[in-house]
Amino acid sequence: MTGPVLLRAVAPLGGPVTDVLLAGGQIVEIGSGLPTPDGAEVLDAGGAVLLPGLVDLHTHLREPGREDTETIATGSAAAALGGFTAVHAMANTNPVADTAEIVEQVAALGRAAGLVDVRPVGAVSAGLAGSQLAEIGSMARSAAAVRVFSDDGHCVADARLMRRALEYVKPFDAVVAQHAQDPRLADSASCAHEGELSGRLGLPGWPAVAEESVIARDVMLAAHTGSRLHVCHVSTAGSVEVLRWAKQRGIDVTAEVTPHHLLLTCDLLTGYDLVYKVNPPLRPAEDVQALRAGLADGTIDAVATDHAPHAAHDKDHAFSDAAFGMLGLQTALGVLIEAMLRTELLDWAGLADRMSVRPAVIGRLAEHGRPIAVGEPANLTVLDPDADWLVDPAGLASLSANTPYAGRRLPGTVLATFLRGRATVWQGRLREPEAAR
Amino acid sequence: MISNLLSAADLTGADARQILDSAEQMDAIQARQVKKLPALRGRTVVNLFFEDSTRTRSSFEIAGKWLSADVINVSAKGSSVSKGESLRDTALTVAALGVDALVVRHASSGAVQRIAGWVDCHVINAGDGTHEHPTQALLDAFTLRRRLGDLTGRHVVIVGDLTHSRVARSNVLLLTTLGARVSLVAPPTLMPAGVAGWGCGTSWDLDATLAGKLAGPVDAVMMLRVQRERMSGGYFPTEREYAVGYGLSPRRLDLLPEHAPVLHPGPMNRGLEISSTAADGPRSVVLDQVRAGVAVRMAVLYHVLAGSDQPSTAGLPAVELAGASL
Repeated sequence: MTGPVLLRAVAPLGGPVTDVLLAGGQIVEIGSGLPTPDGAEVLDAGGAVLLPGLVDLHTHLREPGREDTETIATGSAAAALGGFTAVHAMANTNPVADTAEIVEQVAALGRAAGLVDVRPVGAVSAGLAGSQLAEIGSMARSAAAVRVFSDDGHCVADARLMRRALEYVKPFDAVVAQHAQDPRLADSASCAHEGELSGRLGLPGWPAVAEESVIARDVMLAAHTGSRLHVCHVSTAGSVEVLRWAKQRGIDVTAEVTPHHLLLTCDLLTGYDLVYKVNPPLRPAEDVQALRAGLADGTIDAVATDHAPHAAHDKDHAFSDAAFGMLGLQTALGVLIEAMLRTELLDWAGLADRMSVRPAVIGRLAEHGRPIAVGEPANLTVLDPDADWLVDPAGLASLSANTPYAGRRLPGTVLATFLRGRATVWQGRLREPEAAR
Repeated sequence: MISNLLSAADLTGADARQILDSAEQMDAIQARQVKKLPALRGRTVVNLFFEDSTRTRSSFEIAGKWLSADVINVSAKGSSVSKGESLRDTALTVAALGVDALVVRHASSGAVQRIAGWVDCHVINAGDGTHEHPTQALLDAFTLRRRLGDLTGRHVVIVGDLTHSRVARSNVLLLTTLGARVSLVAPPTLMPAGVAGWGCGTSWDLDATLAGKLAGPVDAVMMLRVQRERMSGGYFPTEREYAVGYGLSPRRLDLLPEHAPVLHPGPMNRGLEISSTAADGPRSVVLDQVRAGVAVRMAVLYHVLAGSDQPSTAGLPAVELAGASL
């Protein structure tokens, strides 16, 4: 068991500054001028903000299959440094996470790394092929206790399969997380928001309606089946409208938005720079504004990074031939501060809600996203909101360097992250558990 | 002058006119028995073609040879992904052979721009995906100037698969730069997204456009190739229906004023987008376009290679050009 830690002068959820004592994996005392217990480590936080540890519903950790671009260990390190205490690892690995054996392996590698809780996502369809259900029950009942199922990277396009999946996950209190992309309206070659710029650049368009029409169908399926639906990486104003309507009707749907869709716009594609190629594509400024508003009013429940490491040689192709995706774990908090806090669309409590509380509820993580109160699990992160930092791709913990923020200064430096009371990040540096060293 | 030619938008009006004027001089040289100029002696030009091409590649090859450059053709068909080598590695490998200019054709939009960012030598875009084909636009402008004189205020109608046409995009940019007006005609399914922002007139009605009822009298019409596989993409139902709606039939040819030429970048689908009457008639300048291709590409190679490396036009002797002037 780790020793006690005293957080001296932290501001829980940006509120009044106080001291917080962690011991035995829990928050044991909160109050000003707490004495330092014997053997305790002390973090002099100087009024830094204390948040519940962030929870990511959507990452690609590439293991098994592409360990040259990321491993569960390096992805966990990036997550901890970014303030996360739990991450969901998508199923599109090689082999695909569509059996109990694979998801248990992913969970075990996450435990071995010991930096964040790695929650495997199970595939909806066998091999992500979109034709037959994967062994959802076995994955849910396995030691990995999978609660999120997704074919992410592919849309569950077949309405009947989607219906069956929504029904089938009910006994497990699980959720189907849909990658909403009608493959007939936006196929695998579609790589740029369909609009003036895609027309001018001659890039195959990815129209907003390809996302919106699938979400519209799926919320009706969720209503029909009485099941729980989650929508991955919402990217358009129209999608926000559909979700708002569905929630008003009482349909059990949640949604996430990525940091990059809250900050970057499709104009960046002008030079065909592959670092901006992502799926769904970057959208115009009007969509960005609508996504921010949707996140602010809770129509969009959660921020999820869609952290997608790629080797440089998988991006050194022509635009339509290269891989989709960008890094996100270490930059998410900074982007959110810039896009949502400094614009006063969210306060710290709101940010904690969208980046920790709600994603933990969606993923059914009982120990994460909890209130900062005595007796609660000590899954926490401390950040200095005023200290900005220069994004250097080579300096990130990820094995890949495909960040769209290279050379940009982002606000908010993570000083410490705690997983069940143990520091995974201390004084801004990674602190690996004894067992993993 | 320019050091790369990636987009027709790279050219100012002055640049474009200078290239077109040089092309006139180059064209005159073609009439000679000995066609070689020493302008690019000792320079190496590689035609790096990731996609099949007959007329563009051969006209670049001839253009380079008539300027005394060493011209090598490298065919790298198939996407770099499928070959397991990145586009960057392929481009750097070829450039490392000691190349002065790469002439690049690729099936993906933006590939030539990417390559230009990686290599140190000059890069000329010989067609990238559905994006641009600037030398085609130059040879079209050359052909139009021959027929119409200065293009300022002229009205050019471009008809066909605009969504998938690199020829259309480069022509819109260049013709606009040269002061011409452009009208685009296609069925709604083949109109590019956001075409309203291109600064052109657009219409779904070819008859009204050719008759001058929508955007005024027409000075030239350019028919674009329509690929038959677009039918399976649902862009139009049948060849017959396309021809009825958007083909340049003999009847439609008669709607045009006497002076208006008919252009087609080739290869033509006779009976689909263009009738034989239009393709072979006196208005047709299709073969003039092909012929202009060599002169225009000589001018482009010359301006990109000699023009940017040496501030003066020392590489191409003024005497030589003057002697060959019209």
